[in-house]
Amino acid sequence: MSEAASVYSVDKVLLVAIRDNITDTDIINLQEDLSERIVNEAARGVVIDIAALEIVDTFVGRILAQLSSISRLLAAETYIVGMRPAVAMTLVELGMDLPGSKTALSLSHALRALKAKGLA
Amino acid sequence: MTAAPTTEVSRLLSEDFDGVLDAWFATQKRDGVRRPDLFSDRESRRQLSELLRTFSEALGRIDISEPVDIDTEAWSELRMALSEITLVRTERGVAPWEMTAFMLALKQPVFEKLSEGLANTPERLLAEASDFGRVVDAFAMHINEHFIAERDEIIERQRAEMMELSTPVVQLWERVLTIPLIGTLDSMRAQEVMENLLNSIVEHSAEVVIVDITGVRVVDTQVAQHLLRTAAAVRLMGAEAIISGISPKIAQTMVELGVDVGEVTTRPSIRAALDEAFRRVGFRISRVEDTRV
Repeated sequence: MSEAASVYSVDKVLLVAIRDNITDTDIINLQEDLSERIVNEAARGVVIDIAALEIVDTFVGRILAQLSSISRLLAAETYIVGMRPAVAMTLVELGMDLPGSKTALSLSHALRALKAKGLA
Repeated sequence: MTAAPTTEVSRLLSEDFDGVLDAWFATQKRDGVRRPDLFSDRESRRQLSELLRTFSEALGRIDISEPVDIDTEAWSELRMALSEITLVRTERGVAPWEMTAFMLALKQPVFEKLSEGLANTPERLLAEASDFGRVVDAFAMHINEHFIAERDEIIERQRAEMMELSTPVVQLWERVLTIPLIGTLDSMRAQEVMENLLNSIVEHSAEVVIVDITGVRVVDTQVAQHLLRTAAAVRLMGAEAIISGISPKIAQTMVELGVDVGEVTTRPSIRAALDEAFRRVGFRISRVEDTRV
């Protein structure tokens, strides 16, 4: 598992906490790791907590969008939660408003949404 | 600092101080910049005499045949006196040009007195008159600069105040925020609006924010773009934005401009938006049983 992110499995939901010092390699590893675990554990929901991320660039933005698309193909719904205001502004500035990704204020909001859909 | 050479100007100011003062005063009267409606004769004379006295003292220290730089330490007292007199006069409504003319009115009487005193040495007369002229010009310019600086400061302060006033985020209900936009929405304000809004979302854990544009006068493509970007950022934070206050006219303009709001919810009034917001956060407003007859 990559050093800069932790993945926990709770019921049928994978909780991913991304740390601030994540590198490009880490995030690519995370993408692979996560794809496999979604299939292996038959996860129906993925929650990516990026509250620790203080800086994003187009690369991180693209990977976040990809993670959502990959999970959707593997029948899991992804929520990106805890985005900081500065990060949101940067992403919008970069024109990456992640149209395919679902977002929520916090982990509990995302879990509530997944429960409401019977995915958690 | 070495003592400045004695000049006819400094001699004039020390020996005929009241004469110069009277002449300056008379010239201002003649030029119509005395403003007797704003200042009594006594008050005006006090101001002039204060300024002239400071100038006279400065002449004892500074050789004005050298280039004059009024921003140096040697002139600090005079600068202060100038600033003070400018402040006092402008506060009562004296116009910038009047203030400049007020200062320049010192030239003519001094020139006249110089030409009397130095009638026998025309070369010295020319040199001293030119030096004195330069100094008075420098004073007049300083007054002007002071004016501009003061005005810039006021403009800057008002701009900051307006910025603060113009982006208030209000909590309407649990998890529901609103930001009523008023006036024009340029890039700078749009940035301010976005920042305030996103920070408030974190602060209040808001799930729905209503961006009300009832008070926005003009919605062009740029304003629409700012609004949609704000909505996109709000969504990234995990909340939802509702744009309210879209008048029939604005709706038509937006369509004519080809603005596509995409997934963003819009409502014609803040009332309709609040209704929608309540629905999303799971509240309902219902009428209590009517106890009135």
